[in-house]
This record gives sequence, C-alpha cells and structure tokens, in this order.
Amino acid sequence: MTARVGVVLFPGSNCEFDVIEAVKTVGGDAEILWHGDATINGVDAVVVPGGFAHGDYLRPGAIARFSPVMEAVQRFAGEGGPVVGICNGFQVLTEAGLLPGALQKNRGLKFICQMAELRVESTECVLTSATALGDVLRVPVNHFEGNYTCSPETLAELQGNDRIVLRYVTNPNGSIDDIAGVCNEGRNVVGLMPHPERAISALLGSVDGVPLVRSLLQSVATTV
Amino acid sequence: MLFSVHVDVQLRPGIADPQGSTIERSLPTLGFPGVSGVRVGKSIKFEIEAADETAARSEVEDLCNRFLTNPVIEDAAIELEAVVAA
Repeated sequence: MTARVGVVLFPGSNCEFDVIEAVKTVGGDAEILWHGDATINGVDAVVVPGGFAHGDYLRPGAIARFSPVMEAVQRFAGEGGPVVGICNGFQVLTEAGLLPGALQKNRGLKFICQMAELRVESTECVLTSATALGDVLRVPVNHFEGNYTCSPETLAELQGNDRIVLRYVTNPNGSIDDIAGVCNEGRNVVGLMPHPERAISALLGSVDGVPLVRSLLQSVATTV
Repeated sequence: MLFSVHVDVQLRPGIADPQGSTIERSLPTLGFPGVSGVRVGKSIKFEIEAADETAARSEVEDLCNRFLTNPVIEDAAIELEAVVAA
C-alpha cells in the first residue's frame, strides 16, 4: 500500500508543492488538504508546510491554527496519526498546542536562508526513524522566526524524555539548546524549522532530506 | 454595554527582543546616547459588547490568552473603558 500524505494549504503557504514532489520522489502519494475543509480526507499522514499562512499576521501560525482543517489535524494527531510541521508549519503546530514552546525572531534580526547541518538526536519519532543516531544531515533553513524558545520546565521535559529530535551543528538563529526539531509526547507529531523537502535532489545541493521523508512514509505502516 | 478596549502586548521579560535592541543600538548615532531598555510590542484596539465591566474583562482576558498573545513569549496589559453614548 502506498502511503497517502496530505499537505495542508493555507492562504500564504508556499512549500506545499515542494512537499508533494518530495513525497512522490521518495515513493509516496501526496495531495493538497484545503484549510477551509474540516477534514483530512482519510490520508495516512499530514504535513503542515512552510510559507506565510495568513500573511503571518498577528503572529506566525496564530490565525492558521483556527482553520477548520486544523480541528481534523488535531483529532488525527490525538489518535496517533503522523503529523509533521515544517518551518511555518512548525509555528502553526506550536500555536495549536500540538507541540510545546514558541518560535521567536532570529537572534540578530536577520532572515536566514542557507544550508544547515542537523544532527539526529533521536530516531524515536515519525520523522527520524529511518536515520541513525548522530547522523549529520545537510538541510536548508529559510526563516525569520525560527529561534525556538520555551520555559525551563518545558526544556527539561524535552531533554529528559528524548524529545529533541534534531539539533543544529552550528546554531544559526539562537534557538535554545540548538534545537532544530522537537516531537510531542506520543512521538507522532514533529516540528522542525529546516526544509527536508528542499533536500531531495543532488541537483539542488543535498539529498539528506530523503531519509526524513522516508521515515514519515514508513511511520504510516506502523501507526495505521 | 459597550466597552472600548486597548490591549498592550509585550514580549515577556527574558525573551529576546531583537527589534528593540536594534533600535536601541541605532540611537546613539542619532544623538540619543542615554536611551536604554527599548522593547517593541503591539497595541491592539477594539470595542466589545458585554453585560458589565467584569464580564467584558473576563472575555477580553480569554481572547488575549487564546488568540491575541502567545503566553509562552508574550504578556498582555488590558485597559478597558465604558463607552458613553454621546
């Protein structure tokens, strides 16, 4: 069975077709989920892609989280379904309360668009199960508000329960504890600032996003 | 009753405010060497219909917690005033 991945499209999303292309390249099926529909159409996994949902007005993700589709995503996540938020999608998932913490403006107040090196810190989640602990992956970052922050209690919980799944080798944005990606308690919801869908072809500079997308596709087999 | 509401949103103490610090760093060049502690926030104004001031305040607090601020990084100060019909 080919895994079907739903990619949420908000007004202002701009990475949805890159994600669809990446999923298809790695052997899955992918389709758009419209933000105004209160359903995820029975897909096996959901990706909330990058962009500027609702123009990032008020705060990135603040308005998107109230979209009808997000209720269905919340329910799906609650049932253990794999959900990944990339960049703006990560911001949406923190605003929705599916992941802890928040993303604040980059240290240095600069929009960052560059290749980043990520170290796999845990393979126990839907996005890293097909990687090896300590792997260093080259995946681009492209954001203004990617500086992850949370309370000291939350940080201790993330560290203590192996929920920091990816760390920057060289911290580009000031994120606390070099955090690039975290997962929820159930390990089925993952958020990360870097863009695995842009590291799928040698022609574009890196294929290190492939094992991440493959992990997501494989997770479908184990959670559904 | 109609109330006019002013919500002042500020980053919580300890949360980095790169906008504020960038403004602060540029001030000496403009001839204002003595300015410190610059913080940039948001000012949100609206009107709300409620039975009384207590009800209005509790609704605005709820609105702030769930939407206007992200409590992980922001605090809100609420000012509320009854609108007197002219």
